[in-house]
Amino acid sequence: MQQRTKAIYYITQNNIMTLEKVIGILGAEVVATTADMGTEISSVCSSDLMSDLLHFSTTPKSLLVTGLINKQVVRTAEIADIKAIAFVLGKRPDEETIEMARQKGIVLIVTRFSRYTACGKLYAEGLRSCTGEDR
Amino acid sequence: MNVQEVVNSLSLEVQGSKGNLEREVTGCYISDLLSDVMAHAQAGELWITLQTHPNIVAVASLKNLAGIIITNKRVPEEETLRKAEDERIPIAVSASSTFEVGGMLFKMLRC
Amino acid sequence: MTQKKNIEGSFHLTGGDFTNAGGASSELKSLLTNLGIAPEIVRRAAIATFEGEMNVIIHAVAGVMHYLVTPEHIKVTLNDMGPGIPDIEQAMQEGYSTAPDWVREMGWGAGMGLPNMKKNADEFRIDSIVGEGTTVEILIKVKEDESL
Repeated sequence: MQQRTKAIYYITQNNIMTLEKVIGILGAEVVATTADMGTEISSVCSSDLMSDLLHFSTTPKSLLVTGLINKQVVRTAEIADIKAIAFVLGKRPDEETIEMARQKGIVLIVTRFSRYTACGKLYAEGLRSCTGEDR
Repeated sequence: MNVQEVVNSLSLEVQGSKGNLEREVTGCYISDLLSDVMAHAQAGELWITLQTHPNIVAVASLKNLAGIIITNKRVPEEETLRKAEDERIPIAVSASSTFEVGGMLFKMLRC
Repeated sequence: MTQKKNIEGSFHLTGGDFTNAGGASSELKSLLTNLGIAPEIVRRAAIATFEGEMNVIIHAVAGVMHYLVTPEHIKVTLNDMGPGIPDIEQAMQEGYSTAPDWVREMGWGAGMGLPNMKKNADEFRIDSIVGEGTTVEILIKVKEDESL
């Protein structure tokens, strides 16, 4: 199983995973958009705990998948240089949160899938975790 | 697929008493927020989380979940393991991230 | 952009103010970026500062975040009026938290704050008096973004 997993990962590397493709895979609604919706997504962070997010090795190419929809998530994403957040189970953040994201150039999308299904589908497409080794 | 089979396939480490490893796994729920798990998780699901405190056992028990997988090499608290033994909830730990454990489980349970 | 003189300032933090929580760190992050400091350094400073700010908001009554940026380093000091920390070594353990449950439901209180601050800083100092408050000081060495 390990070998097959690696093979899928390398194939996806050649067809770069973009935010637009992720939106398609998750059947997501875009609630806060930016100029660069075709930006590359190379890893996924999935956590509802903000401190853990700050502990991970994220990059501007990381996608955050979470069920937490308060303003703090956007704030934490900004600090951690995360440019895109997917909220699961159809949870829609409030207008203030959406506006904050727009101002900070962070994309917000909402998927009806659970965090499990969303992660499962993205993993199947070859994306891997942003949790790196300790810096 | 039962809990023991998941543990074997994902090379997880079961902590403390084994709990009920024969239990059939019906699905999976991923969340680090207890209120969220209480609202949405279904009986028989495996719960993947970063949380390590004793309240996770109470939630798993109330929702009749198949077990808890704690990720990122996080260490469950002593009290958590004690409660898990009492409630016969298996707790397994993974060195991998939530995304990857969830991703692999998704693949396995779909086959 | 070469920084020739020191820049300093401070922010007042209000305990329990989750609405504005992170605002001070966000402003400091923008300031550091505008000074032409390397992105990785800015990121480390932002993360350490943010964790410190959240600690004050979660645990204390009020606090002050003071920053000093010199050509050599970024120094951030967080002073709070709060419960203080009885056992600092314990508080520095990853996963150890005294945050109440409702804070966990907001995504905080996982016990990673102080370890995260130390991990991202070049120098880390913490001092506390139970019943009075806590002071945390971080220092991060600076080099300018050579690509600018």
